[in-house]
Parts: sequence; structure tokens; C-alpha cells
Amino acid sequence: MSLILDVQNLKTYFHTDYGLVKAADGVSFQVNQGEIIGLVGESGCGKSVSILSVMQLIPIPPGRIVAGKVLFQGQDILKYEPNGAQMRAIRGAKMTMIFQEPMTSLNPVLTIARQITEILELHLDMDKLAARERAIELLKMVGVPDAERRIDDYPHQFSGGMRQRVMIAMAIACNPEIIFADEPTTAVDVTTQAQLLELMLDLVRRINTSLVIVTHNLGVVARYAQRIYVMYAGRIVESGPSEEIFGHPQHPYTIGLLHSVPKLGEKHGTKKLVPILGLPPNLINMPATCAFMPRCEHRIARCQQEPWPELRQVGDQHYISCYVDIRGK
Amino acid sequence: MNTSQNDSMVEVKNLKMYFPITRGLLRRKVAEIKAIDDISFNIKKNETLGLVGESGCGKTTTGRCVLRLYQPTSGTINFDGTDISKFPEHKIKPFRKDMGVIFQDPFGSLNPRQSAGNIVGDPLKVHRMAAGKELKERVVELFRVVGLDPGMMDRVPHEFSGGQRQRIGIARALACRPSLIICDEPISALDVSIQAQIINLLEELQETLGLTYLFIAHDLAVVQHISDRVAVMYLGRIVELTESGELYDNPLHPYTRALLSAIPIPDPVIEKTRTRIVLKGEVPSPVNPPPGCHFHPRCHMAVGECSQQRPELRDVGGGHYVACIRV
Repeated sequence: MSLILDVQNLKTYFHTDYGLVKAADGVSFQVNQGEIIGLVGESGCGKSVSILSVMQLIPIPPGRIVAGKVLFQGQDILKYEPNGAQMRAIRGAKMTMIFQEPMTSLNPVLTIARQITEILELHLDMDKLAARERAIELLKMVGVPDAERRIDDYPHQFSGGMRQRVMIAMAIACNPEIIFADEPTTAVDVTTQAQLLELMLDLVRRINTSLVIVTHNLGVVARYAQRIYVMYAGRIVESGPSEEIFGHPQHPYTIGLLHSVPKLGEKHGTKKLVPILGLPPNLINMPATCAFMPRCEHRIARCQQEPWPELRQVGDQHYISCYVDIRGK
Repeated sequence: MNTSQNDSMVEVKNLKMYFPITRGLLRRKVAEIKAIDDISFNIKKNETLGLVGESGCGKTTTGRCVLRLYQPTSGTINFDGTDISKFPEHKIKPFRKDMGVIFQDPFGSLNPRQSAGNIVGDPLKVHRMAAGKELKERVVELFRVVGLDPGMMDRVPHEFSGGQRQRIGIARALACRPSLIICDEPISALDVSIQAQIINLLEELQETLGLTYLFIAHDLAVVQHISDRVAVMYLGRIVELTESGELYDNPLHPYTRALLSAIPIPDPVIEKTRTRIVLKGEVPSPVNPPPGCHFHPRCHMAVGECSQQRPELRDVGGGHYVACIRV
């Protein structure tokens, strides 16, 4: 497997009126060709900011990418101008994104046809007719019934699930190398979620692209992702193969997260949930120590004295950012 | 469903709630949204009844009908032995003391200009249950019960986190010492690590205060965890109702099976062994639902008869109710 994307020590800070927010603070992750990656964390942990930084879609100001490298097929694309020709050739063609809210990410005053053909005309230099035919073909691929007719509809004429299918069609339009899906199924119902996830998985395998699923839902990544990165307060706190993360989680936050969600099939009244105490931290002017420490049951004196620990290896491809050895406890 | 009157807190029979669609200056009725299409269930005292289904299936409308925020089209709602389904507003008010409600959105359901203490004490003022010093003492007590620091009483909602705001909502629901609480998606807007805190709080409160819950949510794993019995709704009808363990071990209705298999389990080892039933198509519109069984166009077990006749919710043994002619 060859490395497609190598993000190294990415730091994206936002300068707000209240202080400095380190939304992504030294994030590193790798994506191999054809691999499905899960980026998991609660709201505000920096998962969306990380992938928006990779695509250079961060609003500047207030945001600023202060450090790091994003090697896409060996080239550091952070060196490109966000709106320059080089970045625009990659974004939307080789590197695409599926957003959470399909209603706000589709243009309400343009037909579906116009929104898909625009990409094809721009990136693949297709003429109008060829682009329209390819757009219809794409809509059929993502399971929009009666595609020839519905292509001339406007987004509001589509249901939530169908709109998300259109988003997927747009994301695969130019046979991308990598697709980022930012909470792709959060706004839809479970049975629709199942339809969309199966569809995405099927397409990703068919065109052999890589997929990064960004989500707060541990179940979604358990089924589909090969490797998982868990984020907390702007940093990756644990990473590893899916079986390792769910089978032998090592970071106190990951363990807490897994214990705090009810599992289907656990009988009523047999098991109490173990919540993570306290609240997620406010990211403004954070201390240098581990951000999870105030909520951590396993904290030791060292956690309070030393800065946030570097990632260390605890198993095959399994890394955690923690001083405590939970396995020994 | 035949259960004796005394052990039921709520008994709903043949409840229908149709909303008119009007058009034109004269607001002529052109169609109806059949939000609830003839459902019956009961909630026993001190029990949690879970209500699950996808958006638009009528679960929130059911909760609002029980609260009598809507005037049902037909059917009866027995609350603690009294039929409140046709009561005018002034006769409902005393009953509302006995019912609390917790809403989904902890941002939209609290008045941003009122202090947390005022919000929690408001129901007591409305029902003239306390005033002055007594009111303040009760509010302090309520803050403690839900795990909030009473010192934060004078703060306004935006100064609280989502989880704390939901605790304010719970304290408000508890203010008049109700016996029934309608929990309408109380945790869906919260962060994963906070959800468990609220679920545990609701469970503790039920134990210490002897509450009865109607727990409405779309997340079947959460509903199964908290509920004694679960009703599954599809397009305005209850398709299956049974004990929560039984629902998972032995789901009978094809929709329940599809719903269960669609829910991802956070364990890749289990996930790899599961087969997933992916439903075709989308939920039809409640304005023009399919004839017969509402689920038949998407059902892999459907036969000709399914499109002709509405399947009744029947007991297949041990209080396991299912509305399907094929099981």
C-alpha cells in the first residue's frame, strides 16, 4: 500500500477576541491508498478543523495554519496558495469532501445538473453535453432513481438522504485519490444512514480511493474503518487499527468514551453506564498539560507537572498520548 | 390491549392525530397529514416506555398528545384513570402539574433572558404552588437534585454548557413533583461523553422519585438501555411493542429487524459477523401513506394481502405485540 496523504504536526490556531484557540495542535495522520480511516472525537475536538486545514479551506483570518506539513502524493500542499491554481487543481478533483449538512452545502438556486457539471467542466475539461451525460451516470451510480429527469431538479426537491447522495456523486465525479466525509450521516435517520454508508463503501472499493470518515459516532467507524484516530482538545490521543482501538483501548479518554455509550443488546437494568466526569475543556488559552487530565480517573502526579505527552507506541501500529500504563492496572 | 386501570399511568386507545393542510384565502382543507393513525398503548406506573422510530413517524406528536398540547382528532387518553382527551384548556391545567416534559434542544427550550432559577421556578408560579421564600427553597432543592450548584441560579442559559442546560430542563420538569415525564429526545443534542451523565441522572431520579417516563428517541441503543418496554413506530402506527430485552433478542416485525440491523455497534468484531438488512427507498409521505400495511412497499416479506388490509397490533405471547400478518 502506498502512502497517499501524510499530515505531519499540523497546527491550526484561531485568534479570537477571547484569546488564542489551538483548534488543531500538532495533528499527524497518514492515509494509505484505498484505506478507510476514522477520525473520531466530540464536537470541538478539532477533527473538522484538521481536514479543512488539509484542504486549505480554513477562513483566514481568524484562522491560521501556523505549522506542519501536508504531503499529498509526496508534495507539501500547504506551500500552495489557498486560492492558487495548484491548490484548485487538487481541491474538488483529487481531494474531495462530503459535508455534514447537504442542504447548506448545495447551492439552493442552482439545479443539481449545474452543480455536478460545473465540476466536470472545470476539472476534466468536458463539454456541456458530455458533462451532462456523465452527471446522469454519476447520479445513477449513487442510486438516485429516475436520474435523467431529476437532474434538473433543485436541491429543495430532494429529501435529506437523496441530497447526501448528490453530495457523494459530486465527491466521486473526478475519480479522486482521497475523499473526506465530515459527519456524512449525522443529519439522517438510521436506515438512511445504513444505505448511505453501504453506498460509500461500495463506491470507494470500486474506484479504489481512500476515505477519511470524520464522526463522533463510534459505531459508524467500527464497521467501516481499518484504522482509527481518536482526537481530544485539538490533539490525537490514540491511534491504531480498528480491532485494537475497540478491543484493547489504552487511552483513558477512549476507554471512557466506549464505556459511556449504551450497546445494543445489553439488557435493560443489567449495566449502568459509566460517564466521563466533567466537561470537555474550553479551548481558549489552554494549559500545557494534558487536556484530559482534569477528567481522568487514572491521572498521576506526573500528568500535572509535565506537558502533554508525545504519542508512544503500545502495540502493533497502536499509539497513545498518555503517561499512564492502563494495561498494567 | 387489556390491562387493569389501576396499574396504568397512561392508557391511550385508538388515538388519531390528523393535521390539515390548507390552501388559499379561505384556508380550504386540501389534504391531511396523518401524523398518528390509530395507536393504542399504555404506560404502567413507575415504568419507562420507550418510543422509537425515524423522523416523521409521529413519536413527538404522540408525546404532545399525551401532554394534551394538541387536541387529538379522535381516541381517548386516560391519565391516571381520567379521560383527558376532550378536556378544554382550563380543565387540563391541573393535570399538567402531574406531567413534566424535557425537550430535545437545550438551547431552544430555555428562555435566554431569564435566569436559570427563574426558569426552574416558573412552573411553581404558574400553578401557584409556591411563592417567596418557599419558592426559592424549592428551586435550591431542585438544583441539588439534578446535580447543579445552586450558586449558579442567577446565571442565564448561555453561561451553561449543553449538559448543564439539559439539567436545568430536567429541574424545571420536576418542579411540580409530577408523576409522569415525557422525555422528547433528551440527549440527542448532547456530546457523547455527556449523554451517559444525563441517562444516569434520569435513571436515578426515576428510582428516588418513583417517576414514570415516556422516553422518545431515535437511538435504539439508548432507548433499549433505559426502557422497560419499547414501542416501535413507523409512519404514524405502532408496529411492534414488547419488553426491551425481547425486542433485541426476538424482533418480529420486518421493520424492527431492519432498524436493529442498521444500528452500528461500536465493536468491529461483532460488526463483522452481523448481516445488515438495508431497506430500499425512503419513508413515504404521511399525507398519502401506502394502503394496507404502511411498510409493505419496502418490506421483503410482503405479499399481496399486505397492501389491502391494515394489520392489527396483536399479542403473539407474553405481552409481545406486533402488527404484521406474516409473523
